[in-house]
Amino acid sequence: MPGSLPGVLFDGVAYGSLLFLMSVGLSVTMGMMNFINLAHGAFAMAGGYVCALGMERLGIPFLATLPLSFLCGAALGAVLERTLYRPLYRRGPLDQVLFSLGLTLMAVAATTWFFGPGQRPVRLPSFLLGQLHLPGLDLGVYRLFLIAVVAAITVALVALLRGTRFGARIRASVDDARTSAGLGIDVHRVFALTFILGSGLAALGGALSIDVLGLDPTFPLKYLVYFLLVVVVGGAGTIAGPLAASMVLGVFDVAGKYYVPEAGAFVIYGLMVALLLLFPGGLRRLAR
Amino acid sequence: MTIRRIPARYLPIAAALLCAAPASAAEAPIKIGVIAEFSGPFAAYGKQIHGGIKAYLQQHGDSCAGRKVEILLKDTTGPAPEVAKRLAQDLVTQDKVDFLAGFGLTPNALAVAPLATQAKTPMVIMNAASSVITTKSPYVVRVSMTLPQVTVPMAQWAARNGIQKVYTIVSDYAPGLDAEAAFTKTFTAQGGQVVGSARVPLKNPDFAPFVQRAKDAGPQAVFIFVPAGEQGIAFVKAFTERGLREAGIKLIGPGDVVDDDVLEAMGDATLGIITTHHYSAAHESTANAEFKKAYEAANGGSSRPNFMAVAGHDGMAAICQVAGKLKGKLDPDKVMAAFKGLALQSPRGQIHIAPETRDIVQTVYVRRVERVKGALYNVEFDKFPDVKDPGK
Amino acid sequence: MRAQVSEPPPAATARTSGSPIAFANRLSDLRWRPAELAFWAAAAAVFFVLPGQLVLASQIAITGLFALSLDLILGYAGVVSLGHAAMFGGGAYTAGLLANHGWDEPISGLIAAAAAGALIAFGTSFLALRGGDLTRLMVTLGLGLMMYELANQAAPVTGGVDGLSDMTVGKLFGVFTFDLGGRTAYAYSLVVTFGVFCLCRRVVRSPFGLSLRGIRDQPVRMSAIGTPVRRRLTAVYTLAGAIAGMAGALLAQTTQFVGLEVLGFSRSADLLIMLVLGGTGFLYGGLAGAAVFMVAQHLLSGMNPVYWQFWLGLLLVLAVFFAPGGITGAIVARWQKGGRR
Repeated sequence: MPGSLPGVLFDGVAYGSLLFLMSVGLSVTMGMMNFINLAHGAFAMAGGYVCALGMERLGIPFLATLPLSFLCGAALGAVLERTLYRPLYRRGPLDQVLFSLGLTLMAVAATTWFFGPGQRPVRLPSFLLGQLHLPGLDLGVYRLFLIAVVAAITVALVALLRGTRFGARIRASVDDARTSAGLGIDVHRVFALTFILGSGLAALGGALSIDVLGLDPTFPLKYLVYFLLVVVVGGAGTIAGPLAASMVLGVFDVAGKYYVPEAGAFVIYGLMVALLLLFPGGLRRLAR
Repeated sequence: MTIRRIPARYLPIAAALLCAAPASAAEAPIKIGVIAEFSGPFAAYGKQIHGGIKAYLQQHGDSCAGRKVEILLKDTTGPAPEVAKRLAQDLVTQDKVDFLAGFGLTPNALAVAPLATQAKTPMVIMNAASSVITTKSPYVVRVSMTLPQVTVPMAQWAARNGIQKVYTIVSDYAPGLDAEAAFTKTFTAQGGQVVGSARVPLKNPDFAPFVQRAKDAGPQAVFIFVPAGEQGIAFVKAFTERGLREAGIKLIGPGDVVDDDVLEAMGDATLGIITTHHYSAAHESTANAEFKKAYEAANGGSSRPNFMAVAGHDGMAAICQVAGKLKGKLDPDKVMAAFKGLALQSPRGQIHIAPETRDIVQTVYVRRVERVKGALYNVEFDKFPDVKDPGK
Repeated sequence: MRAQVSEPPPAATARTSGSPIAFANRLSDLRWRPAELAFWAAAAAVFFVLPGQLVLASQIAITGLFALSLDLILGYAGVVSLGHAAMFGGGAYTAGLLANHGWDEPISGLIAAAAAGALIAFGTSFLALRGGDLTRLMVTLGLGLMMYELANQAAPVTGGVDGLSDMTVGKLFGVFTFDLGGRTAYAYSLVVTFGVFCLCRRVVRSPFGLSLRGIRDQPVRMSAIGTPVRRRLTAVYTLAGAIAGMAGALLAQTTQFVGLEVLGFSRSADLLIMLVLGGTGFLYGGLAGAAVFMVAQHLLSGMNPVYWQFWLGLLLVLAVFFAPGGITGAIVARWQKGGRR
């Protein structure tokens, strides 16, 4: 069915965009401070719940909940970074894994306590539903919206990194934290702000993903593997790496399910293993 | 310790008390160990089963045959057979339960079955739906349903109602494959054609590619089986989004996809979905109306019972009926003999336990999702009475 | 520009000779310290003192053995793995399938499972031992997930999600049946765990073990002095795989059931949590961590079936803040400070 290839590509890119948005914050924080934050999915979940409950209980329109989710995620990131994460920067990776998994469990249980274990579906506004019928191709409107939003954010992020002083400081801290500190850059402050930005983006991604991936209290654990996958395959510390990785993984996952459904989950895991062995430093090596 | 002489006037009272002592053995509570999922991704299963049990106790009080009923809850946290087995062992050896009940997931039930035989403790299955479970021990009885039992009528109904070409999508695990096999066998035997099939990985976040494949194959209907709950939501969303409804393709399958627990949350995308199942919250009968009222009273007004809650309720009803028949003396082999052939007026309709298999025999209804008094319900419009489990 | 994602610096406690780990693992010292004897005596005493908890105790012993195998590769060789369940599950299914097909002698099943675990480890070592920490983490994770899918797909053989039941596990040594109270199960598990522990203790205090610690801390220098790094890592990974396979077989035999989640991600992840909680690099850390984690889980979920995960998560967070180096690390550090030798 070659005619369906554009459709598969489109779906793959949409799925990849979502993965990218949720993982980009994790990539930069892992690359900068080598902090393995497995609780990243909890920020995405927080954003999702802000969106779902904002619409359900406060009647806020969907588009308005998106910046709200971003802000709530950022605020949560700010608070947690200051209180819990900061003391752990010097600790080894295993301690960080233990801490962040513990935090994730607490987040999952607390969410179940407050909001119940069930799914939280979200009713999208009608202009985001349905399909756009082009000759030979039906494009889902919501997926188009997703791609557009993520593309806009990516452009903004790249502009931030390449065009502003703050972006330069981020890049310097990622490359060599010690030297940057020696040059007078307040690396800790840079990291805190990056963590906040990354958490906000994760929350936004969480809100956008409800319709595609579903939302329930076990969200952080379910999708943890995918976030790690994107970051490690792409290479922590950059934007281009996870972007490439999420696109590749998204397209191959969708294509695999479409063309070879019997292979099931093998495609994405096998691809991940292959990519990791071929590019141990991540796909970002290709950019250099 | 000084020994006091008991004054003579107390002797009649003492004698009466001594005579009463043997009788108090019958007042020992009936202990029921409920092993189910109360946390993790399957937390809704345990919640509903327990909700149904509480509804029964709300309706009928907490004693059976003169003995108080004590429910001990144990959480397996998900598919964790060794945990289930350990919990069952604790319940049997330390708490000395009279019944083991619950079991939302098949692997947990299968792990505990040999224990039921070893300890001679009757085991009441209130959800797990694989056919083989009741064959694993002579002490197992099931009051819920089996997947082939509710799937075969779907194939029969579809063939009878002008659906010739079907594309099947099932979750890629044993129950899904059972559903696929049961449907395909019956449907093709009735002259239908399965134009394609897909097996979706169990931990799947995105159904879109599979639904797209189905659309491209051009069937009249898509047969879907996914575990009850969140997967149903994700699937129906993909189904609507891809425009299959506009293309005139119907959605059919066992009722798990439009589980009462999540139906309202799934929204109007579900309207018109036709499923076969043994219980709908919209079933019209006095028993069901009373059950729903008791469920709300016991669990908080905003909840709706689903088929797992009904099984919890009926499991309790069966236990109490057996206890009543045996006048509170629960000898395990007599209990199992009493279960065989037991008939109940359940909120779902009339059910009975087949003596040879100890499995449930019930009516399977064909329902369509409609809006009733402002809320979404599975409205029954056809039925297949007295369906046995075809797997045995 | 950095050449690759820099590996996080190894825990500072590992390097200096005054560190708790070095203190606990001195090469020349093969004598059993009183604390160790007390530990094992207490474990044996559980058999008599807590007869009602033997089923839980046997599962703790089995998980402790599993954690021991992870400690070998993580605590001593520095290999992070999130897919260790692959070997555990491989052993469990081997023992399960043997029992399922009528071969009901437990000890030979145990040995077959060890061989299966070793084989799987050896086979995957070529993929899993490459690259830095993060790469290994994800590759082992991916391999573990693939094995899970494989077992799911092979449902006619493995029983898939429904699991493998109908296992006839015969009498241990032809005499002891696996009883309802778990007495035989606990004795069996404990003896096997103790035996393997003694073996591991000997291994880590040998020159081989010392070279592993060198490889963990300074792989480049080790290869510069001529140590065959890859071969050593493959050897210890295979050994760990064999031990994990044995743990899996013990679980299969004592519960007479093999569910698909013996290969699951949460089994690998929980194991990592238990080991880190207990403290890596001490051998006792895995045992202690398994005991604490499983007892906490048992008690908490008994108290509150739905929300116990919260308290467990809190326990982990507090452990990170107040017990760096895990439980065992904190205890050993306390001893060191107390001047006891």
